Amino acid sequence: MNAFFALLRRDLRLGFRQGIDALVVVLFFLAAGALFPFALGPEPQLLARIAAGIVMAMAALASLLSLDRLFAGDLEDGSLDGLALSPLSLELVGLAKVISHWLMTGLPLLVAAPLLGLLLNLPAALYPILLLALLAVTPALSLLGGLGAALTLGARRGGLLLAFVILPLFIPILILGMGAVSAVALGESPLSALQLLLALDLAFLALVPWAMAMALRQLLR
Amino acid sequence: MGTQSRGIDQVLIAQDLACRRAERLLFRDLNFTLRAGQAMLLRGPNGSGKSSLLRLLAGLLPAEAGTLTWRGQDVRKDRAGYRSDLAYLGHLDALKPQLLVQENLQFWADLIGATVPVENALAKVGLGTCAAFPAQHLSAGQRRRFGLARLLLKPVPIWLLDEPSTALDASGQKLALDLITRHRAAGGIAIISSHDDLALPEVTTLVLGTGTPSPGNTGPGITAPGSARGAMT
Repeated sequence: MNAFFALLRRDLRLGFRQGIDALVVVLFFLAAGALFPFALGPEPQLLARIAAGIVMAMAALASLLSLDRLFAGDLEDGSLDGLALSPLSLELVGLAKVISHWLMTGLPLLVAAPLLGLLLNLPAALYPILLLALLAVTPALSLLGGLGAALTLGARRGGLLLAFVILPLFIPILILGMGAVSAVALGESPLSALQLLLALDLAFLALVPWAMAMALRQLLR
Repeated sequence: MGTQSRGIDQVLIAQDLACRRAERLLFRDLNFTLRAGQAMLLRGPNGSGKSSLLRLLAGLLPAEAGTLTWRGQDVRKDRAGYRSDLAYLGHLDALKPQLLVQENLQFWADLIGATVPVENALAKVGLGTCAAFPAQHLSAGQRRRFGLARLLLKPVPIWLLDEPSTALDASGQKLALDLITRHRAAGGIAIISSHDDLALPEVTTLVLGTGTPSPGNTGPGITAPGSARGAMT
């Protein structure tokens, strides 16, 4: 377990030293989301209706930004060999990467989401459920993103390929996330959508590290 | 160094190893036996498969054919056990430029469960005064020394070194030789690829060729000797 936290600590430290990564993700999230009021024109009602969806979609896009570097640095400088030869299994290496991605992307997005909601005239009643839905959505995004990063590692134009591979997989997660938000908007219970999201999170948590390890093992050959 | 007892079982045996990279057979029918304290030098031109052989021996690359036996057991049967008995120094240094030298080494120390303090390992390779520098300021030779420091974190019986002396100055080369000699004296096995003439005493040399034999070629198309034993230099 020491080795697992050593990797997590190093990746977080690298993220903080670089500093810009988390900031770029948040700025992209806010800037891209802030385009919508201008593009849609002065229609507060329309904006209020779609605000939660914009926040959710922008969160999905923003979480893609730093994904292509998730394993790339370790591949390029030979660290991945060392990780593969360490007592830490590649499954746990992948999981540590996913957790650090969530801490440096998902968590800042969660913090910035109310601000974007404000810009988009999100109805006050929807803030709690939007944050709750994002809390359930972002781990799934990080897990699937980690899988995509492992699968496209070493490919030319890997970042672009990654987006093509991963964005379709994000769709069901976004549907469920928005399902929870619209349920509250309609005065219904969001419980079933949130439960399904949680089930997806757990399923990905169980399966994705294995798939990542297989992809990495193939790559190291 | 506290390498495990020089048991009779500390023998690394390669039998009929073959390696294929991108449809090209790099070598085959490679046989050698290394006992505690023995070293083998890999020679051969660029692209002859020295690095691939080291990666294969580290278990990073699957063998096309043949078996590798360590402590009397096929390494495929206990990969984790074999991995914990070897240290691999690739031609990349696994240094993060954003971290301090000490932080870099501390990470690898935590990862493998080091038994030697990071400061000691850095001091032994002459990087003691650079510990608090960001790693991006290290020169190529210093980066290589950092790689050597990684080997010293935990005594393991098998060292696999890919061009350990590249970019090292005279004192660095001597350091690398000293470390290898000390490792062997403690009962360790070392397999080293090098273009430099490393002045290692009593070392077996294995010459890999540049042959590109077709898969159907049955002749000894590769210059790797049937057995590397006895080719003392």
